[in-house]
Amino acid sequence: MDAIRSWLRRRRSNDGSERELRTDGGVTGAPEREEGLIARYRRSDAVRSAPFWLPAFLLVGLFVYGAIFWNILISLTDYSGLGDPQYGSFDLENYGRLFSETGSYSFTNAFVNTVILLIAFTLICLAFGLVVAILVDRDIRYENTFRTIYLLPMSLSFVVTAKMWLWMFSSDGGLVNVLLGVVGIGPIDFIRNPDPNVQLAAVTFALIWQFSGYAMVVYLAGLRAIPDEHFEAARVDGASLVRMYWRVIIPQLRTATVSASVVLMVFALKAFDFLRALYGSSTPSVGTDILATKMVRVAFDNNQVAYGSAIAVVLFVMAFSIVTPYLYSEYRRGAL
Amino acid sequence: MSGPDQGSTLSRVGLYVVLVGLVLFYLLPLEAGIVTSFKTTGAYGSTQPFLPAFDGLTLEKWTGAFDELSGGLFNSVIMAVPATAMSALIGSMAAYGLTNVDWRGQVGIYTLFIAGIFVPYQAVLVPLKRFWSQWVPLDVWLEPLWLLPGLTSDHGGLFALMITHVAYGIPICTLLFRSYYKAVSDEMVEAARLDGASIRRIYRRIILPLSVPMFAVALIYQFTQIWNDLLFALILIGGSGDAAVVTQELVGVGQAQEATDFPLQMAAAFVTALPTLLVYIFFGEQFAKGVTA
Repeated sequence: MDAIRSWLRRRRSNDGSERELRTDGGVTGAPEREEGLIARYRRSDAVRSAPFWLPAFLLVGLFVYGAIFWNILISLTDYSGLGDPQYGSFDLENYGRLFSETGSYSFTNAFVNTVILLIAFTLICLAFGLVVAILVDRDIRYENTFRTIYLLPMSLSFVVTAKMWLWMFSSDGGLVNVLLGVVGIGPIDFIRNPDPNVQLAAVTFALIWQFSGYAMVVYLAGLRAIPDEHFEAARVDGASLVRMYWRVIIPQLRTATVSASVVLMVFALKAFDFLRALYGSSTPSVGTDILATKMVRVAFDNNQVAYGSAIAVVLFVMAFSIVTPYLYSEYRRGAL
Repeated sequence: MSGPDQGSTLSRVGLYVVLVGLVLFYLLPLEAGIVTSFKTTGAYGSTQPFLPAFDGLTLEKWTGAFDELSGGLFNSVIMAVPATAMSALIGSMAAYGLTNVDWRGQVGIYTLFIAGIFVPYQAVLVPLKRFWSQWVPLDVWLEPLWLLPGLTSDHGGLFALMITHVAYGIPICTLLFRSYYKAVSDEMVEAARLDGASIRRIYRRIILPLSVPMFAVALIYQFTQIWNDLLFALILIGGSGDAAVVTQELVGVGQAQEATDFPLQMAAAFVTALPTLLVYIFFGEQFAKGVTA
């Protein structure tokens, strides 16, 4: 208790004269002679806590931010994977090339696919997750069991789910086609369909299977945070169930919606592993590229490294145009 | 009860019907996959995908899958276990260094860390590849140091992969631990401080013992992430070779055969998924905390 009291007094006096206020007679500060700017700096919290945050800072600084910066530099060269990148002359040639490509292998096509996947996947996951969360929140028995099952696919690797859905969708005994056959719809080859929209829809469906449980748990946490009185009040007002959720409850889930959609969008941008396992390194026969797969093929399979880096920069800008407003609002909210 | 009233019996029955329907939606693909993995190639063609083949039940595909993936499983374990532990420990230390001390700028550094969670890996692949192959070619440097039997110089790539996973795990681990440490009583830390405990001593004696539940969450989350990754492995280890991890090997399983061997592919998928499935089954609560942090 003494220590806390003296700490409070120190905070009030706020001039760093804590040693005078110590009640136990101990000495915590540096010896008297070490005054001056450097000595004070050395004692400051930033420096004394450095052994704790510095290793992390160096690793993240080097491997994340340093690498991003380096990637931007490489995207301005014409590095092709042979020899070393020439940092002597920079130009925007690779960025011009992004928009000059045409056809189903083009950057534009991959960009459009990425945006479609992003929006369709995120919206359906959110809507589906919300409905499931509302159902699970209705005071059911075995709630834990249901929740555990709904979240289970998220623990699997993209590669595992890709293998599973490759089989699910296959016209050679895959479950989806067998079930479709029951209702009289002939086998459809979803994964190698000549229509790129069918392929994209199949991919989106599989990703929703994997991640809608995530939207569900986020919404469930949001619903649990709403006080019971809000449900009560709506019921007293005689609002119907649908109306109550639509007007009273869902508007209060804004924070959950925002954070879930940011994370889901980032998942969608990262869906590389899934598509790579489905389609391998070869160029898709129809235009089903997304930027994540196109970047890797261009940079590592076709050795157009600088061009691939430019695609990566676009991907990075997309991710951060989603994340920056979110982080800023979190910062304003004081959540950081 | 936080939801609205229970409603009529009929609507309760309807509710459970829908919930069980959802269970089927999430579990049927897994169930059918497992069932298929126990079939012979012959039985596969003649039975329904979600029904077992009672006459042709076999472990042949599982042993086959295990044979094909055993090298990858070994590599994944020796890479993922240390990477998981290191990223959790470094993340915990960083969270402490950025929480329980009073200095401006910590929010700035912390924000930089959090933003790191959202970086698409594509944005760093080319530099990482160059860094680990041209600047710090661990496979060359470490060659004379490999003492473990069976490891070749290829495994330098595995080491690079490990360090990369540590770096990319730190942001999320820092987030997990920091929100936890913010809740740790300030008074306790301040009191210890005024009694003359050093920053390091406070971490070791107060913070670390308090962090055990959060370590469980961080370790489970990180292990799942690292085990499941394909992209970093593909770039840093390369197509094949002795150092390939299990997800890399899984991509190639069953592709050499002329007709797709779905039972083998399903068995291989479950061999790969088994570690994270077990983690999920035993620590589902902590897993959920990690993914929703």
